[in-house]
Amino acid sequence: MPTSKHFPRSLLAILSLMFAIFAWQIIVRLSGLPRFILPAPYDVWMRLLKALADGSLLHHTSVTLIEILLGLFAGVGFATTLGYLLAKSPALEKILSPYLVASQAIPVIAIAPLLVIWLGNGILSKVVICALIVFFPVLVNTIVGVRATPPALYDLMRSLRATRWQILSKLELPASLPILFGGLRIGATLSVIGAIVGELVDAQEGLGFLLQLGDFQYDTSMVFVAIFTLITLALSLYGAVVLLERKFSK
Amino acid sequence: MPSKFALTVKNLSVVYPDNNGGLRALDDISFNVRHREFLCFLGPSGSGKTTLLRVLAGLLNPSNGQAHFHHQHPKIGMVFQQANLMAWRTVIENIKLPLELEGMDAARSRAKASEMIELVGLNGFEDALPRELSGGMAQRVAIARALIHDPDLLLLDEPFASLDALTRERMWNELSQIWQTTKKTVIMVTHSINESLFLADRVIVLTSRPGKIKIDVGVDLPRPRKEDIRYTPHFGKLARTLRETIK
Ligand SMILES: Nc1ncnc2c1ncn2[C@@H]1O[C@H](COP(=O)(O)OP(=O)(O)O)[C@@H](O)[C@H]1O
Ligand SMILES: [Mg+2]
Repeated sequence: MPTSKHFPRSLLAILSLMFAIFAWQIIVRLSGLPRFILPAPYDVWMRLLKALADGSLLHHTSVTLIEILLGLFAGVGFATTLGYLLAKSPALEKILSPYLVASQAIPVIAIAPLLVIWLGNGILSKVVICALIVFFPVLVNTIVGVRATPPALYDLMRSLRATRWQILSKLELPASLPILFGGLRIGATLSVIGAIVGELVDAQEGLGFLLQLGDFQYDTSMVFVAIFTLITLALSLYGAVVLLERKFSK
Repeated sequence: MPSKFALTVKNLSVVYPDNNGGLRALDDISFNVRHREFLCFLGPSGSGKTTLLRVLAGLLNPSNGQAHFHHQHPKIGMVFQQANLMAWRTVIENIKLPLELEGMDAARSRAKASEMIELVGLNGFEDALPRELSGGMAQRVAIARALIHDPDLLLLDEPFASLDALTRERMWNELSQIWQTTKKTVIMVTHSINESLFLADRVIVLTSRPGKIKIDVGVDLPRPRKEDIRYTPHFGKLARTLRETIK
């Protein structure tokens, strides 16, 4: 998007945010809806301050963040390992791909209750759900990325008697990094959804739990606070991946 | 088994599998290469030149015969038809790759890479990325990379075929000078008669498929060779001999 010198992008973002809040306030005023259906920006702000002051927001956010990070690491770890093996072995891919594709036909939301029954309503079930939802896009991008390695560079590496490990670390990894990061960006966003889906099924803590608590108690301002925190979390995660990508790419 | 030859190739054949009995790319090739010799293989496209270099580089197993090296595990430097650089590495990082693979420490390999950059005349482009280079510059990076680890054998697969005529001739000069200073054993493959005569000590002509050795000619032109050597009668005579064999 072209931006002029006089209007830096960050300023533009802040302005549009202010406009959205202003519009929200107008809608609340004009519609006259009760606070438990549509709270005003000011109500949400006060609720945020309260949740920050009593430490509840920080606690639930950190629980969800831990679930997300563990799930992300596990999902990315398994997906890249398996993806690499599948990329290197067409036979293995032929055997496994029907199962992998079929597994994608089942929405994670549908099996989330099962996982909570099997693994309990603690952190483990959320981590697993999170890992599952992250798994597929990272897997696919790993396979595509590794296969995108120019064949002539394999010849170069082999003519220099490179070991398998050197071929992986100095050729395949850097060659597939851009595509791998594409998968990681999708995975980072999905991981937030995974953790929340798990928490909404059954949980004692976390932002999903907070969301549901607010809902039960007609504390709609709290629901808004939880949603905005989730958005912030997802954006930060995405931003972290983008930063990481920038650091690694030339 | 030490010998006066850097490389001895005996009865080498390569058959690629296909649907009717296999495609014979090389047929019963035998030749010797002396230490520090610059040997050119000349042949039309499809005569198995790349196949031969791939066998010598250890990238392909022959169906028959063998290549025997003076050194048991010869170090190979290879330049491909395309520069074949790693897009994510700068010029100097590309050049020092072979040293990295040998486990040399960063400071020393960087210093050696700087020497190579000097040798191929790329000063000032150390930190450029491959996409910022012209074809000739990229191929010079590839040559530097092929030489940096002090290989026992330098293999060149039509390294200048993708360059324009003027750049190509400038590269002949540079390669010729580099070879004079480094004194490597070189096997180069080409389909240009001029290129082979300008550079080589010896030219072997391959027939078209399957590749067989047609003739093996010594190039006794004085060195160092300059562009105008092409207008000497002796060059003309050699060129005519080669052209008539290829026909
Ligand atoms: N990997 C391969 N599989 C099957 N046939 C091949 C392969 N590589 C080369 N060939 C065939 O072998 C012959 C020689 O090829 P090549 O060595 O590339 O010749 P040149 O480099 O002289 O043009 C050609 O007919 C080519 O089609
Ligand atoms: Mg070829």
